[in-house]
Amino acid sequence: MSQQHPENTGHGTKDRAQYGLCAGLVLLGAYVLFDASRIGAVSSSNDPVGPKPMPILLGVLLLVVAVLYAMDVARGGSGEAEEGEDVDLSTSVDWRTIGLLIASFALNAVLIEPLGWVISGALLFWGSAFALGNRHHVRGLAAGVALSLITFYVFAIGLGVNLPAGILQGIL
Amino acid sequence: MDNITSLIGGFGDVLSPMNLLIALLGVTVGTAVGVLPGIGPAMTVALLLPIAQDLEPVQGLILFAGIFYGGMYGGSTTSILLNTPGESSSVVTAIEGNKMAKAGRAAQALATSAIGSFIAGTIGTLGIVFLMPQVAKFAISLGAPEYLAIILLTFTGVTAVLGASRIRGLASLLVGLTIGLVGIDFVTGQQRLTGGLPQLADGIDVVVVAVGIFAVGEALWVAAHLRRKAGEVIPVGRPWMGRSDWSRSWKPWLRGTVLGFPFGALPAGGAEIPTLLSYTAEKKLSKHPEEFGHGAIEGVAGPEAANNASAAGTLVPLLAMGLPTNATAAIMLFALQGWGIEPGPLLLTKEPALVWALVASLFVGNTMLLLLNLPLAPAWAKLLQIPRPYLYAGILFFASMGAYAVNSQPFDLWLLLVLGLLGFAMRRFGLPVLPLIVGVILGPLVERQGRRSLQLTGGDISGLVGGPVAWFCYVLIVLALAWPLVAKLVKARRGGSDLHDVETKTEVSV
Repeated sequence: MSQQHPENTGHGTKDRAQYGLCAGLVLLGAYVLFDASRIGAVSSSNDPVGPKPMPILLGVLLLVVAVLYAMDVARGGSGEAEEGEDVDLSTSVDWRTIGLLIASFALNAVLIEPLGWVISGALLFWGSAFALGNRHHVRGLAAGVALSLITFYVFAIGLGVNLPAGILQGIL
Repeated sequence: MDNITSLIGGFGDVLSPMNLLIALLGVTVGTAVGVLPGIGPAMTVALLLPIAQDLEPVQGLILFAGIFYGGMYGGSTTSILLNTPGESSSVVTAIEGNKMAKAGRAAQALATSAIGSFIAGTIGTLGIVFLMPQVAKFAISLGAPEYLAIILLTFTGVTAVLGASRIRGLASLLVGLTIGLVGIDFVTGQQRLTGGLPQLADGIDVVVVAVGIFAVGEALWVAAHLRRKAGEVIPVGRPWMGRSDWSRSWKPWLRGTVLGFPFGALPAGGAEIPTLLSYTAEKKLSKHPEEFGHGAIEGVAGPEAANNASAAGTLVPLLAMGLPTNATAAIMLFALQGWGIEPGPLLLTKEPALVWALVASLFVGNTMLLLLNLPLAPAWAKLLQIPRPYLYAGILFFASMGAYAVNSQPFDLWLLLVLGLLGFAMRRFGLPVLPLIVGVILGPLVERQGRRSLQLTGGDISGLVGGPVAWFCYVLIVLALAWPLVAKLVKARRGGSDLHDVETKTEVSV
């Protein structure tokens, strides 16, 4: 805001990647229309409209907005990338960090049921902290284990939130 | 004075040890997440939803209201001590507030913002007491076509009025509506957009959407651009104000409140416009205009009051009509549905005890916040020192836990990741997040009201045309959409705008 940041967040004169977003909107609109065409025309006296018009309307609007968006981009329009306390927009996107974060995240999704939240959650925390530049491995792992144990006892056992115990069933 | 009697009843419900404890927990958590970068009240409320479903509705709402109000106090601390505001509503505060802090007047900036927030919050909550029942009474008389028009007005507000770019706001809204469409149709039982996946038959849980867009999206976005050197936090002692600070602050507090509350109470409100208006007004009215840009206390007092008054105002459409106009309110609305309470005009008639207890808890929470924030500001400022890898790893950790806990299925974690990537893309391309969340939550409602309107006319399109209220809303929508054109003409005639030194931002607080 009151800080100066490079014009258009540093992406050259025209931010062409925005066309990708427009393409995404077109695909979404097309899928919504396709899905709507599959719905049988069900209507009754107390629901003369049925479930079909809303998705058709939405699909058409998505296509229209995608076109208008692309026109805006063609005229040089670009959205302002979001700023924040810890965001430094003068750097380019750090895909390595993103990739590692997604990997830790996916690992948790795969392991949460077989191994249980305490193990998968600790790995998630440790892996994400590593991806974000933490190099105190032991401290990071300890913090992860502590967090997942605390959350398991407080939320799963204390408050009855559904978190799996996994292979530690009976031990915890 | 029915309202006062009901409010006293509400205080009776709140002032039990357990509920006071929950309120204290709410405001403490709220302040903490408001101070912490990358995490805000809407995301916190979303993360706590699975737990809140086990609480009594009253207690859950007290907790959420505390987080909602607390988040704003915390947010202003961050923008004063660390120049980068985390929420769009505290952008204006940062302009003068950080300048004051740099000039060694951080204590006064924090004090005027805390006391101003308290005053605005209290007056704003009084505004709720008197306005909300009237609005609810009025809203009960509305039929489906009117309701449809009001929801469409809300959509217009969150997409076209609040954002920097309408086309981007509209794209965000449509994606939200599409997400809200997923699942089995409520009348006919037809599956829509489920792709045959049984996990999607009940729709995509709002918790997963909110946590994915806010928490995961934010964490990924920050990770992609992580500031390697943390911003400089200005050290601060205990907030206090001298005599001249008081005399320069009290009028901006009141003016900010008067500006903020009505904007919040409108179905198309928000905190950005009133904070900006308040800043401009104070600059014009100030006896020290030369100090603006170098740390004028009026420039902190006014916008902070406007911000809190507007937040109080947003509870009017939420409680009286079931219309959320900010992200936290949207998730509170969803929580109500989770407790089996139908939000809408009948809420006050059906659940008066709940509503009045919530309003009473706002007074209590606001007072707690003042007591908590004046002496503890230095301690809160320490939260800004937390190592960023742990902070964002923690956000992903709690996000995964919250999303899994909703339905106990790993499928939701994959969905969370996809939504997180969507949130990332939206931040990258400057798409506002609020229209998406509002679309997800109000999408099913807008369809229901539309179908109900057409039911009366047997599907004839004339059913959508309602009474004067509907017409009034449609006129407002047209005006809002045509506004930039009008503004351009006015600007061309006058040559330049008053607000050129303050630009608006489009993001909502997360």
